[in-house]
This record gives sequence, C-alpha cells and structure tokens, in this order.
Amino acid sequence: MLKTLDTAVPIACWSCSIGHSDSTLFCPHCSKIQPPPGGDFFHVFGLERRFAIDLSALEHEFHRLSRKVHPDRFARADENERQWSLADTALLNDAYRTLKDSLHRTEYLLKLEGAEIGEEHAGKDRKDPSKVPADLLEEVFDLNIQLEEMRMARKTGEEDPALQASLEQAKRKFDGLLDEVDQDLRAQWQVWDEGDLSARHAAQKAMVALLHRRRYLSNLVRDVTETLGA
Amino acid sequence: MQGDAPVVIPGVDGSNLVPSVVALDPAPAGGGRPTVTVGNTARKSLIETPERVIYSVKRLMGRSVEEIQSELKLFPFRLADDVEAGEVPRIQLGEMKFTPPEISAYILRQLKRNAERFFGAPVTQAVITVPAYFNDAQRQATKDAGRMAGLEVLRLVNEPTAAALAYGLDRAKVGTIAVYDLGGGTFDISILKLRDGIFEVQATNGDTHLGGDDIDNLLLAIALDEIHAEHGLNLRAHPGAVQALRKAAIDAKIQLSTEPAAHFDIELPNGDRYQREIPREVFELLIEPVLERTAGPCKQALADAGLTPEQIDEVVLVGGSTRIPAVRQLVDDLFHLAARGKKPHTELNPDEVVALGAAVQADILAGASKTTEEMLLLDVTPLSLGIEALGGTVARIIQRNSTIPASATEHFTTGVDGQTNVAIHVVQGERELAADCRSLARFDLKGIPPMSAGLPRIEVRFLIDADGILKVSAREQRSGQVAKIEVKPTYGLTDEQVESMILDSFDHAEEDFTKRLLIEARNEAETILSAVERAPQSPAWKQLTSDERSSIDTARDRLAVIKQGTNLAAIREATLALDQATRHFAELMMDAAVTTAIRGKTMNAADEELGEAVTAPHAFAPVEFK
Repeated sequence: MLKTLDTAVPIACWSCSIGHSDSTLFCPHCSKIQPPPGGDFFHVFGLERRFAIDLSALEHEFHRLSRKVHPDRFARADENERQWSLADTALLNDAYRTLKDSLHRTEYLLKLEGAEIGEEHAGKDRKDPSKVPADLLEEVFDLNIQLEEMRMARKTGEEDPALQASLEQAKRKFDGLLDEVDQDLRAQWQVWDEGDLSARHAAQKAMVALLHRRRYLSNLVRDVTETLGA
Repeated sequence: MQGDAPVVIPGVDGSNLVPSVVALDPAPAGGGRPTVTVGNTARKSLIETPERVIYSVKRLMGRSVEEIQSELKLFPFRLADDVEAGEVPRIQLGEMKFTPPEISAYILRQLKRNAERFFGAPVTQAVITVPAYFNDAQRQATKDAGRMAGLEVLRLVNEPTAAALAYGLDRAKVGTIAVYDLGGGTFDISILKLRDGIFEVQATNGDTHLGGDDIDNLLLAIALDEIHAEHGLNLRAHPGAVQALRKAAIDAKIQLSTEPAAHFDIELPNGDRYQREIPREVFELLIEPVLERTAGPCKQALADAGLTPEQIDEVVLVGGSTRIPAVRQLVDDLFHLAARGKKPHTELNPDEVVALGAAVQADILAGASKTTEEMLLLDVTPLSLGIEALGGTVARIIQRNSTIPASATEHFTTGVDGQTNVAIHVVQGERELAADCRSLARFDLKGIPPMSAGLPRIEVRFLIDADGILKVSAREQRSGQVAKIEVKPTYGLTDEQVESMILDSFDHAEEDFTKRLLIEARNEAETILSAVERAPQSPAWKQLTSDERSSIDTARDRLAVIKQGTNLAAIREATLALDQATRHFAELMMDAAVTTAIRGKTMNAADEELGEAVTAPHAFAPVEFK
C-alpha cells in the first residue's frame, strides 16, 4: 500500500517501512520523525521562492516546527529518532537564519536561481581598488586618507575636531547611500517576485550589482565606525 | 521538581551549595588509602594543607597547559612536573595527579550522591550547566567529567539561559530579557526573546576568565604587598597563610556589599597582626577595572541582537558577584534601568537560580510534565566556527549567535595527483587569523580514492549539536565513499583516555547502590552516636530535664543496636529519632556558643560552621582510594 501525498517520489519510512512522500517531517503511518526533507530552505517552511516574505508568519512557523522536531522533544527517544531530530532541527535553524535576514535571503535566493555572487571572507574585498564602485572612487580615496590621519592622531593622542567632524559627516553620507541601496534592492525584489522570466533575469542582474555595492559600503561604514569609536 | 516548582537538594551538611573545592586527605598513619573530600569539608583543608586542595577547577576545564600558566599564578595548586605541552594539564594534589575533568567528576559524583540520598534511588542522568561563553573544548571537558562521574549527560545548558528558564517558569511573558551572570570565575551575558513559552536566545557574549575570583585576588594582592612592606614578611612563601588571608579577603568582599567598610584583622605567622580598614569607595575604585570588563561583552551582545538598551524589558542578575552594589550600578547604567523606572530581577537566589533552571530543563527533556510541556529553549553557539584557509586566514562557516543545532557544509578537494588525505584545521573565535582563534581540532580525511588533483569532491558536514559541541562527517561525492575522519582534538581527552579514567576511577565498578546507601546510613548513625557519647561533658547537658536525658539515652541505645543490622529504612528512622530527641540539647549548645562569642571570649566557637553542632547532619564517609 504505497500512498503518496504529492508528486514527490515515495521513500520508505525507516521505522515502519511504509512508503511516504519525501517532504514530510513525520511518517503519516507510524508518526515517527523522518530524515530531513529534500528541497530548499523555502520548502522547509512551505514557502514559494520569493524575495519578499512575511517575517512574523515565518517566525510563527519556525516556532511551531521547532516545538515538533527539536532534540529536547526526543531526549529519551531511540538513537534513530534522536539522529533525525538533530538533523531536522539543524536544517530548520539554518533555513530560518538564512530567510529571516533580508540580505542573507537575497543572496541565498539569487544563488538558488543560478546567479554568481562572490564569497565574502574576512573582508578581503575592501582593500582591492578594482572593487570600488566607480561613482565613489574619489570619495573613497579621500576617506581612506582621513581614516589614516585619524588613526595616526589617535596613536599620538592628538585631538582633531575638524577631522572628527569630517569623518562623522562621511559616515552619515555612506549610511544614507546604504539606505538607498536597500530601497533599490526592495524595488528589485518586487520586480522579481511579480515579473515574468525576462523581468526576473534583469532584476537578478541588478540585485547582484546592488549586493556588491552594499557590501563595499557596509565595509566602509564599519571602518569609519571602528576608527571613530576606537 | 516538586510539583510545579524546582527545588535545590541540600547536601548532608544541610547546605544547598557544594563549593567546588576538592581535597586529597592524606592516607591514615596506620596505612590505607588517601581519601578525596569535596565541598565544605574540603574547604577546611585549604588553610592546613593548601598543597592538597584545588578550587575553581571550572577555570581550568578544556584549557591547554600554556593557557593555564597565568591562571595558576593566582592559585595555590601546581601543575604536575612531568606535564608536557600539548597534553591535558594534570594538577599535582599531594602525591597524586588529576586532570581538570577528573577533579570536576569528584564534585559531580558528590552531587549525584546527594541526589541519590534525597530520592533514595539511583540517579544516572543529568543536565549540567556551563557558562554560555564556554568553547567546544570546555564543553567537551564538562561532558567528559559527567561521564567519569557515572552520569549520562542529557544536555549541557548555558547558565544564563537556565536562569531565564527559572525566572520564566511562573511568568508566561512576552518580552526581551538580558541575563547578566557574574559568578566566581566566569562572566556571561545573554539576551533572550520570550514568546509563547519559547525562550529564543538572540545573542550571547562573555569572558570565561572573569569573576569574583579576580576581585578576591585583587584584595589579596594588596594585603600581601602591605604585609610585605609593613611587616617585612613575604607571605607568598606560606601557602596556608595566603589561604587564610584569602578567606579574610572574601569575607571582606561580602561584608562590603552591605557595610560601608570592612576590616582585615589577621594574625601573621610571626605573631604580628595585620589590621586594615577598607572603605567601600576604595573597594569600588579597586574593582572598577574588573567590572568594566563586563561592559564590552554586554554592548557586543546588544549589537549582535540588533537591540538598544531601551529595548531590553527585563534584566536578570545571576551569580554571587551580582550582590556587589557597584555591579548593580554598572548594570543599571548599561541598560538604562533606573531612568526607565526599572530594577534588575534578584528575587531568586543568585547562587541557586541556575540549578533551578537546569531542573526546569530536565523536566522539559523528561517530557512528562504539564508545567513545562509548552516550554522550549532555543540556544545559540557563542563563538563563530571557521576553517583555516590558505595563508592562515579563517573562513567562517557558522557565525556566532547561530541557533543550535546549526550546520554548514563545505567542499574540499586535493592539490596533488593521487592524494588520498586532506587535513582540515577547525577553529573557533572571532579573529581573522587562525593563529589568533582557538584551535578546536585537526581533521584528517582519509581514504580518498586516488584521482587527479582537484577532481575529488569531498563534502564535509559540520554540525554543532544542542550541547554546543561540534560533530563532523565527510563523504567523497564522486565515489560516494564515506571518508574516514580522524579527529585529533587540539585540547582535551580522547575517548580512550576518558574510558581509561573511568576504569581507573576508584568507585567506578558498578557500585552496589543499596550497599553504599547502607554504608552511608551507618556512617551517619555513627557520627551522631559519637556526638551523643560526648554530650554529658557539655555544660548544656545539665540544662536538660531528666526526661529529655532519658529519651536521648533510649534513642541512642536503640540506634546503636539497629545500625548493626542491614535494614536501611530502620537505620535512617532511628537516626532521625535520635536527632529529634537531641534537638533541644543542640539548641542549648548553639546558644552557649553564641553567648561565648558575644562575650568575646573565643571567636573560634562562633566561627565553627553551623553544621558542626552536635546533632547536625554528618559528612558522608569520605571516598576511599584504591
């Protein structure tokens, strides 16, 4: 008696051996917890692939699923159940962590859709002049000189109120640019979520470019904040 | 749990706290084995035989020989001479050597006994709390200690989170709380969101080497310097005297939480007296740098949680050091409490609240209770997990404050044709260079099918489990072969070492539980009997009515006979009966002791711990060595 819940290929339950859809967390026959279901992070929450999502509904679903699969619920279960509870919860947590953060979610979905996004490791990019967005080249050059002066001044214990004010102004400016990028990203989300294939393609390209710009700007802001706060 | 509320099980001395002090008492003169004592009993050995006592072992858990060198300068105990770099440190205690997990296991074993005595049944599983900022090695060492103590560790719970559970039990709340936990040796800050019974940790931070011990050591250092300057006496050469001074420093610190000043008045080994008054303002100036070190982690945790101080609805204070008014003031400033008309929560005893929370978590895990069935704890990993990449930089694969269990999958390949091994270095920490992070382990992926360089595709899955401990598995994707992983923990014991320590451990051998309870009951009976034997010599004895005296005699004779038998319940009942018969007598003794103290004739009598009263409960029979 094979019973499938949707079109997914049925797999046999590890406990009762009865086949079931591979997208279920609990066997519909014996109720035992199952290995992590296939599919992407959106699938974990029963969501379609979209950039804009309802965060409070996501949190609610995260809590509901956590109550069902968390290892605390299986502390006295057998080895198999504990193993799958651990694996399911790790997937659930990884999925929630990725989807709840708008930037992580954007990068994740772009990657799912085949876009190439450079990996960020330990702030490598920011020293690379070729990565500076063209329209910011001059300002970034000036800013780096000021940052260097500020660090020197800090070391020698000097105070330079003019320099301080200038850096604070630069920080405000870059913060403003970050906000602009975020607004542009949201606009592209909507284009993608609601658009056809060619609109999606264009939106994807735009988002990849915006993400690069955003990463650059946030590294700059971080540098300035660190230097000012030191 | 008693009904809906967790309770702390007292030890045989009646105290709810078992201080983390372990002493190795010398073998009796007539031959035999040295014995290990734990808690208040061991604390007494600190002054007489400091070289046979260890305390604050938590600060040594999961640390390397190099790391604990600076730590040890402040403590009377020493590393064993033959310890080599890279080994798990062994501490020399008298003629024996112990690793920190072994020491910790003695304490856990004592707690296990206390619980078994309370329940009258074996206790085999436990929830153990650890500082939230403990890294993988420190957590693993704690779990090893549990295993050595004969406990299956169901879960390691972070201490601040446990405290939140204890507070959250009777207040179904929605809100954001911060738990500020400054204990003896560690500091943690955790920020949690509460909603519908779910306790979701947003961020945690801390310092596993910051706490009340540091304050004690500051006071101690000042006293030692002054004694050196004023009396020309280098006390550092007298470990026993240093410990006596340390005890005075702790007493002064405690006094300063309620009094405007504290006094040192110590007799020195040369007969001089060291007298010193410490006003609270001076004390607060002195400890300011220590307290200030807690501010950074608090700010970082707020930033990581994306919250401002105003968004914190409640602050819970945990740990004995939060009794210090200056600490409360600092917390107030950090979270803008007074300005918002709020006060930190201190309703639950800061020394017990973590244990109460652990009991709540145990109840959740047991899964059979109405009280906790809606509760669920979602904790995070305190430190980022990374892999050493080319050039010694760190590629982060799991960020700090990720909800656990958390996982990451990475792909590796070979650099040389026919290569069958790939080495991976896993680190924990926030720094950009692997050398500045904490090395966790080196994994050697073995048995990769020989192929051209760059062709194998090895998928390695890193999983941080609900205890915050890393697990790794690997698979070569082209051949589908499961690669064998050889884990070499950078610090810590291997499984084999833990097993052999369990075997070495003297009371491992499947203890006959009833037999042990019987021995303990007899020991208790003997302790109270011998106290009663000495009773007629006390002046208080004459104050008893003849009825009282004869009922004591009857209860004494009855217990003396019954304790020869093997009926556990009867021995306990007869012990209790004698205890009750002598209650009035004990009170008279206490009164006499207090009166003497007030008259100032002898401070020693008043100084004796309450547990020393004649009929008071009795220490467990010391553990015996092989």
